[in-house]
Amino acid sequence: MSLDAVLRSHVGPLDLDAEVSADVDEIVAILGPNGAGKTTILRLLAGLRAVDEGHVVLDGTSLDDAALGTFVVPERRPVGFVFQDYLLFPYLSALDNVAFGLRSRGARKREARTVAHDWLARVGLEDRADAKPAELSGGQAQRVALARALATEPRLLLLDEPLAALDASARGGMRRELRRHLATFGGVRLLVTHDPVDAATLADRVLVIEDGRVSHAGTFAEISAHPRSPYVADLVGLNLFRGRAHDATITLDRGGELAIADTTIRGEVYAVVSPRAVAVYTEEPHGSPRNRWPGTITDQDVVGDRVWVRVDGGVPLVAEVTQAAARELGLEPGRRVWSAIKATEIDVYEA
Amino acid sequence: MRPDALRAPGRGRRRAPPLVVIAAIVAMAFFVVPLLGLLQRAPWSNLWSDLTTPEARDALRLSLVCSLWATALATLFGVPLAWVLARVEFPGRSLVRALVLLPMVVPPVVGGVALLYAFGRSGLVGEQLYDWFGIQFTFSTSGAVLAETFVAMPFLVLTVEAGLRSMDTRYEDAAATLGASRWMTFRRVTLPFLMPSLVAGAALAWARALGEFGATITFAGNIQGRTQTTPLAVYLALESRPEGAIALSLVLLAVSIVVLVMLRDRWFPSVTLKRA
Repeated sequence: MSLDAVLRSHVGPLDLDAEVSADVDEIVAILGPNGAGKTTILRLLAGLRAVDEGHVVLDGTSLDDAALGTFVVPERRPVGFVFQDYLLFPYLSALDNVAFGLRSRGARKREARTVAHDWLARVGLEDRADAKPAELSGGQAQRVALARALATEPRLLLLDEPLAALDASARGGMRRELRRHLATFGGVRLLVTHDPVDAATLADRVLVIEDGRVSHAGTFAEISAHPRSPYVADLVGLNLFRGRAHDATITLDRGGELAIADTTIRGEVYAVVSPRAVAVYTEEPHGSPRNRWPGTITDQDVVGDRVWVRVDGGVPLVAEVTQAAARELGLEPGRRVWSAIKATEIDVYEA
Repeated sequence: MRPDALRAPGRGRRRAPPLVVIAAIVAMAFFVVPLLGLLQRAPWSNLWSDLTTPEARDALRLSLVCSLWATALATLFGVPLAWVLARVEFPGRSLVRALVLLPMVVPPVVGGVALLYAFGRSGLVGEQLYDWFGIQFTFSTSGAVLAETFVAMPFLVLTVEAGLRSMDTRYEDAAATLGASRWMTFRRVTLPFLMPSLVAGAALAWARALGEFGATITFAGNIQGRTQTTPLAVYLALESRPEGAIALSLVLLAVSIVVLVMLRDRWFPSVTLKRA
């Protein structure tokens, strides 16, 4: 492991306790809701804050160790930081912003500018060298911030919500470009995001942070297939249940039962059901689905040509139906309906 | 929708009560009438000769030199003090801030007396300064500079401190992650961000130093060419040559107006004094 960090810190209401590790050749995304502690993790790694307990070790060098009392100040760490709103110095040109780190590390003005110019060229902005940050578009500012962070040749690159400040139309293009730049960088890359698309497309591995704790770790595919928290289930659009499995049945923690196909699994489990596998009836269905509950529609969202229907009843569920079906059945909030799931559509895994 | 919500803007606005308007007009007149009094007595035709008498020239030169020195000293020491007050948590910080404000509130004459017993020849520190280094502030230009710095520095400290407090410190974080030492960060990030407050604070301090009277005359004395700055010369000339006093007053007035105009955009919208 090239980055090995155990981060414990109290900042205001946040109680952070997270292990973060990453290899040189991987891009790790830290995904989580607002206030979960994502930015604090980056600040601890950069040395803008010291850990209350734990340590930060990069390439075998200790940067912060609460037990030993050692702490390397941020200006001595081989870390590049791309801030959420970039924080380009508004009174310096794009070129001097990129040259800032080199000048800080003792380079002469002329050579710093030469190197900075190369970096601007790499991100395709050599013709904007003299522009002040206020004259740059969001995407250009982001690229200058990236060049500024990379110009000092850090071994750890931290990106805080690199795409959040861009408008939706620019985000797709910038995401592709960012992926290209990240691929050419040779150190540990850690990016913080609240957007699952960033995590899915930019990162090799994802850590999900909730309330200061790592709730999931793995590839995005692994995490989205087996969510272990309502937050992740919501992100990937799955119905999530937790309960005890016994004899092809799960007794749910929130009350109610779920019939499942797996007869061998026992103990604490999670179960996920795709909204597509949830059927909605206006009358009690008869037939194969063993899981069926009466309930009331609480609200519904139109997503493309589908409608997501939230049913509150024995077991709260989100069902996906076509717009045509929703019209035909007269589905609307307040309507009494039956929801049903076939046991074979339920994916069960150990908690 | 209520009918008055449809009215054109301005028509529905509440008018000020008449008593308030009358009082406000009186207050305005109170500011304007003295200006008019000065202007109508101004010896416009002799203005140049009044301003070029040896006394007037000495006073103007001395005022310029002393006020610029005072501004420079206030900046040199005031900026670090503002930085400490804004950024460093220490016990008694609010007490220090109150002490910094003191010269703004205390009568300048009292300030002058206090300076006398601190830096005068037999003062708390002044005695040693004279015995060991031969430095004497009383009756010397350096004393006038000291008195002006004393009354002017609070304006700079307050303005710069407010500027520091309103600054986004994450820019300093960004500089640190780029490898800038604390001094480098201060010089290349904090100072540029602070420049508007610094300019405003320095201009205010300079204006205050230029107008300083009480502390200067009490502490440094009233010696032409050495400690007799323009306000002192105005006061002295009022007895013997009123038109000379008016001419010098006009110069001070003009300078004040220039400073006000200069600061109009920077100082007034930021309401820095209110925040402090």
